[in-house]
Amino acid sequence: MGFDRLIKGFSGLRVLKEGLTGNTGWTAHWRDPDPKPEYDIIIIGGGGHGLATAHYLASQHGITNVAVLEKGYLGGGNVGRNTTIVRANYMLPGNSEFYSHSLKLWEGLENDLNYNVMHSQRGIINLFHSDGQRDAFARRGNQMIAQGDDAILLDRAGVQRLLPYLDFDQTRFPIYGGLYHKRGGTARHDAVAWGFARGADSRGVDLIQQCEVTGIDIENGAVRGVQTTRGAIRAKKVGMVVAGRSSQVAAMAGMRLPIESHVLQAFVTEGLKPCIDHVVTYGMGHFYISQSDKGGLVFGGDLDLYSSYASRGNLPTAEHVVEAAMTLMPVIGKAKMLRSWGGIMDMTPDGSPVIDRTHIDGLYVNCGWCYGGFKATPASGHTFAHLLATDTPHPVAAKLRLDRFRTGRGILDEEATGSQHNLH
Amino acid sequence: MRLPCPICGERDRREFYYQGAAVALHRPAPDADADAWQDFVYLRENLPGDHEELWSHDAGCGAWLVVTRNTVTHAILGAKLASEVAR
Amino acid sequence: MRVAGKGHIDRNSTVHFRFDGIEYQGHDGDTVASALLANGVRLMGRSFKYHRPRGVLTAGSEEPNALMTVGVGAGREPNVRATVQEIYEGLEVRSQNAFPALNFDLLAVNDLAAPFLSAGFYYKTFMWPRAFWEKLYEPAIRRAAGLGALSGQADQDRYEKAYAFCDLLVIGAGPAGLMAALVAARSGADVILADEDARMGGRLLAETEAVDGLAGADWAAEVVAELAGMDNVRLMPRTTVTGAYDQGTYGALERVSHHIARPDGRLPRETFWRIVAQRSILAAGALERPIAFQNNDRPGIMTAGAVRAYLNRWGVAPGKAVTVFANNDAAHRTALDLIDAGVHVTAVLDSRTDALAQGDYRLIRGAQVCNSTGRTGLDAITYRTTSGQEKLATDCLAMSGGWNPTVHMTCHMNGRPTWDEGIASFVPTAGSIPGMTVAGAALGVFSVQGCLASGADAARTVLKELGQSVADVEIPVADDAAYAISPLWAVAGKGRAWLDFQNDVTVKDVKQAATENFRSVEHMKRYTTQGMATDQGKNSNVAALAVLADATGRGIPETGTTTFRPPYTPVPLAALGAGSRGKGFAPERHTTSHAASVAMGAPMIEAGLWYRPSYFPRKGESNWRQSCDREVGFVRNTVGVCDVSTLGKIDIQGPDAARLLDFAYTNMFSTLKVGRVRYGLMLREDGFVMDDGTTARLGETHYVMTTTTAAAGQVMRHLEFITQVHHPEWDVRIMSVTEQWAQFAIAGPKSRDLVNGLVESPIDNESWPFMACGPVRVAGIDARLFRISFSGEHAYELAVPARYGDALFRVLVKRAEALAGGAYGMEALNVLRVEKGHITHSEIHGRTTAFDIGMERMISANKDCIGKTMAARDGLLEDDREQMVGFKPAGAIKKLTAGAHLYSEGAEAVPENDQGYVTSAAFSPDFGHYIALGFVRGGAARHGDRLRLVDAMRGIDTVVEVCPPVFIDPEGGRLRG
Repeated sequence: MGFDRLIKGFSGLRVLKEGLTGNTGWTAHWRDPDPKPEYDIIIIGGGGHGLATAHYLASQHGITNVAVLEKGYLGGGNVGRNTTIVRANYMLPGNSEFYSHSLKLWEGLENDLNYNVMHSQRGIINLFHSDGQRDAFARRGNQMIAQGDDAILLDRAGVQRLLPYLDFDQTRFPIYGGLYHKRGGTARHDAVAWGFARGADSRGVDLIQQCEVTGIDIENGAVRGVQTTRGAIRAKKVGMVVAGRSSQVAAMAGMRLPIESHVLQAFVTEGLKPCIDHVVTYGMGHFYISQSDKGGLVFGGDLDLYSSYASRGNLPTAEHVVEAAMTLMPVIGKAKMLRSWGGIMDMTPDGSPVIDRTHIDGLYVNCGWCYGGFKATPASGHTFAHLLATDTPHPVAAKLRLDRFRTGRGILDEEATGSQHNLH
Repeated sequence: MRLPCPICGERDRREFYYQGAAVALHRPAPDADADAWQDFVYLRENLPGDHEELWSHDAGCGAWLVVTRNTVTHAILGAKLASEVAR
Repeated sequence: MRVAGKGHIDRNSTVHFRFDGIEYQGHDGDTVASALLANGVRLMGRSFKYHRPRGVLTAGSEEPNALMTVGVGAGREPNVRATVQEIYEGLEVRSQNAFPALNFDLLAVNDLAAPFLSAGFYYKTFMWPRAFWEKLYEPAIRRAAGLGALSGQADQDRYEKAYAFCDLLVIGAGPAGLMAALVAARSGADVILADEDARMGGRLLAETEAVDGLAGADWAAEVVAELAGMDNVRLMPRTTVTGAYDQGTYGALERVSHHIARPDGRLPRETFWRIVAQRSILAAGALERPIAFQNNDRPGIMTAGAVRAYLNRWGVAPGKAVTVFANNDAAHRTALDLIDAGVHVTAVLDSRTDALAQGDYRLIRGAQVCNSTGRTGLDAITYRTTSGQEKLATDCLAMSGGWNPTVHMTCHMNGRPTWDEGIASFVPTAGSIPGMTVAGAALGVFSVQGCLASGADAARTVLKELGQSVADVEIPVADDAAYAISPLWAVAGKGRAWLDFQNDVTVKDVKQAATENFRSVEHMKRYTTQGMATDQGKNSNVAALAVLADATGRGIPETGTTTFRPPYTPVPLAALGAGSRGKGFAPERHTTSHAASVAMGAPMIEAGLWYRPSYFPRKGESNWRQSCDREVGFVRNTVGVCDVSTLGKIDIQGPDAARLLDFAYTNMFSTLKVGRVRYGLMLREDGFVMDDGTTARLGETHYVMTTTTAAAGQVMRHLEFITQVHHPEWDVRIMSVTEQWAQFAIAGPKSRDLVNGLVESPIDNESWPFMACGPVRVAGIDARLFRISFSGEHAYELAVPARYGDALFRVLVKRAEALAGGAYGMEALNVLRVEKGHITHSEIHGRTTAFDIGMERMISANKDCIGKTMAARDGLLEDDREQMVGFKPAGAIKKLTAGAHLYSEGAEAVPENDQGYVTSAAFSPDFGHYIALGFVRGGAARHGDRLRLVDAMRGIDTVVEVCPPVFIDPEGGRLRG
């Protein structure tokens, strides 16, 4: 850690110094610049992935004449409304190397950003409830090991040692074991967006809030810039990073995407003293849970399963998620749900994302994160920045192609549920 | 959420299965080009607002429905039997 | 202490309860908060971050400070609002978030460290050294954080869920809600009136204002009594409407037995309601807001409305010398009520210079409280006027910064409230919730008279919309004072002035957030945690917003609002998930042979919702493998019997039945002869395999399809889709008959002997060859016999109406045993099918094509079918796709496991070298070694290759030989025997 960072950046020493001087020395996390008439690269979307893209464009490729255009406030989309899980436990090549790369970036993120995103590798346990599920998780675990990541196949006793509070006797679908991914965990979602924003801004990237893109200018098959609520802005390269709203923005370029938008709810309870140390996922119904550092149990489950842009859900899914909780861990029955919310998900027909060029020169797309975008944030930004800067896909994102549905080549159907968007 | 089944009346969403956009009504000819098939199976218009979609009254009469629903407000503008729309 | 002659409590009753181990007395009608105040207890909790001593701030469910743990053992519930919990004999209540004791909390040291714990401090530190985060910093933060603790035991209480339907749901039973319900009920509408309080009446119970010449509480009691006597009204006290959802659906939590010492065992603790209402009227009142000033969080400082509630409803004076601090006229009533009750009022400090005294008390105009003292309870305040600062001894400060309409539920469907300058607050935006009308204080109407009229108006509007006649109901006469307010959000000055009491967010924190450019209200909220405590900002959001607006030089409306989300008050997970504990989560499906199988000692394992026998142990067998090997031997050598009823069975009838099957399956079924069965493969429209199974043609226009157990529902829906959406013109009907027929596999060389012992007309290979089917009679019953085989042996499946299943299974097992065979379970079934190379969903797992499993020739060239076009995409036909093969052990380790990955022999086990994986593995007693199925890149052309098998999960690293997937009887001689 450099001395400069110690006294001017963020550090325990700085917090001490500011505390002793009335906390008057803190300054803006980022500027609020007006848009310039032209940039080298425009990133549409100031969410986690857009901000990460800007940060890596500046820090890895030295490209700082960049604007991030955000229609609301920075980090106001799904990066600020998710269950904060970070993991690299994918099974299919294409996803596996990408999320492995992402986890490695997470592990260095605080140092890279000089921002405590509270990345906590508390371990994830995916429970399984049949011999068939055990074999499927074994296949996944073997892929993780081959990829250089960590995985342990726990038997029932192994799960019982780690998660003694589960119902091992009465639950409807008995616990056979679990896939334990020790390096998996959680992070403080907002801090990730803010850390990347600060990283990009400090290197000269313009983060422009309250600036909605209303059109994409295309001439002779090449992008020329965008129209916004704050005027026209020119650029030869434009990256769309607007998961949840991808179809809308792509339509401005006359494109249709393999995406249907769906709402995913998440829930948090009132604060409680520590009771759940890991991230736990149920295998017989969608339910996953962890406990935040503030003490709230943060949990979620399946989509509401109907197409929606409403960023709110309905009771059937909420109840089903909690029903799964009650059969698996009745120990949390007297925890109270404090808040529920919904995010809009880009659901793709194979459940995997797209980071690719489009048929329009200079227009790039980063979309389709389904409900797994949070853990991808660093790698998504890192590889999208690489694509924008070099016009060649980053090796770990090379399989996240837009044309895989047309050709049938390299479809990344992790859930194996087929082309119906909401089943992933 | 409640949906108006033309056969059973208004019922809770729990009784229904959602499949997706009603684009599935228009199956291309087997020899149609790759674009037509990609459009049918994978690509979606997916703009916010009124949306024609397919639901099945799984836990009711078993009818497939074409429901017009607003994806921003969730207001339901109508529901028809898919078998009648398709004819 | 109690005040004589006040309150709606039963003074003749005595209720004993304990708080932190000390016994106190109260009366029926008391809450924990009112009873503790009556006993002179002011210190009731500790704040979240600084562990500051706290007392009650409010008298309702919005309470941020007095959160307690109620009950003991598995029944212990944390984070209960003392302001809501009714006392009962023997109630045990404990304080929380304090160690070792509430009045001496070691973590109060955080308060001294406050300068270093300002907004967002944790994002700026704890980063070095990296390894310390998980090991040191984070565990310490986690231990310090949180409020109450769960018991650590499984919840044993009863909970229920229920539905209710009505024309009109009235939310809140104060003057507006009661009036709305009365008008609607007298007009004949079907009404539900829900209120979160134990007693209906709302603020009428907490105020002294009269209605129609009666005490407000008495008028309310009369209306409630009338409503209770009407058939078209359901009163739901202790019921909080928690959320508004689509198409008039509301969630509601009824606290059924929280107030009962020893509830009847059948009584649920809570019921979670789904109320479907044609219309709703939100009459949830308003919440009073505190004023931010230095040290405004001490026990003894509470809202003025809370002081009046404790006095008028519970007969408790929260102090001996009470001071009122307000910016509005309404709060002056506090002084009048206290004086009337004989409680000393030191002064009314009104921040407005033009405030008028409403009675005989000391009024200090233009005064602002700027500090307070008292370590665990207020003992004095300092206030400031133009003439300087004065200190005033007082043990209770009743503060009022004005009232916020309860707009929360109007935001549940993304509606945003509208700023109303007149009352300096947000009011609901009309139309935010379809079907919801807002009335009374929730709409910003703050006089009793106004609320009564507003409630009646709302009901009339709703009734007209519903097309119902409106009864003529006279609106009672009541107080109609104007609401005069001049905004005061935060008193200027040094030190910490609290906004969000529980989360310890102060004015300074909000200003610091603005300085650090967290200017968006959402940014400020997330950076400071303002409004994220258990009250979800009910007490503090508007003031925090005003402070942020001020700090950023904007007006309040331009600054925006955060979104209130469901639930309105927190809902216990046990209530929301009622009924699903243990086995309740999903239905249990039993086949007709279940009881017999259990009686035979078979472990029953889950197969989707079904239970199926794993194996049938016999004496002398000490592990499942012995039983399984023996059962495999039955089928290979004599005869085995297995219940296969869980497979989906779909009856298909009509002139176009054959067309449907030709379109659903890849192969032809129109050419199938009556009395024959054919194996069929079904694709999804994206070209991947959906399911497989056999379909029998029972007549010219009558087929019976079987599906796999897992895909039965999916296939049924798929066939409905084809017939309703793609081809509504076809004349064909389909019906699931899975549960109507019990079906048993009879497999093995002696299977025909067993069958012929049962059927009325014996069969032979000529009359009943492989893949024949047809009706037979068994013991006088019409049955169906199919000569099909999953094991590769000469085998049959015999189907009877389900009511005969149990009897038939017992007979079949007995006869099989007589032929030196017997029942076999899932383990043996699996070994048999792996030996035969038959696929299950382990192989057709959703990512495989017909090409991958070597069945591309089953896609008929002569017709279209679902999935045909997409299956022909170039990318799905490439030679290096993973194709299905068999594996035999060829290394030192002979055990093969499903889930293992394959690499070229000698190659490093890294993804670049990956050649495939194992899907199914079994020990074959016939071959005496393990065999397996799986997929290998270009596998169809690689039989005989040796590959490295690595299962790091099970510690296996060995060599296998690739072979054809059919291990036993590849020519099929046994099938036809």
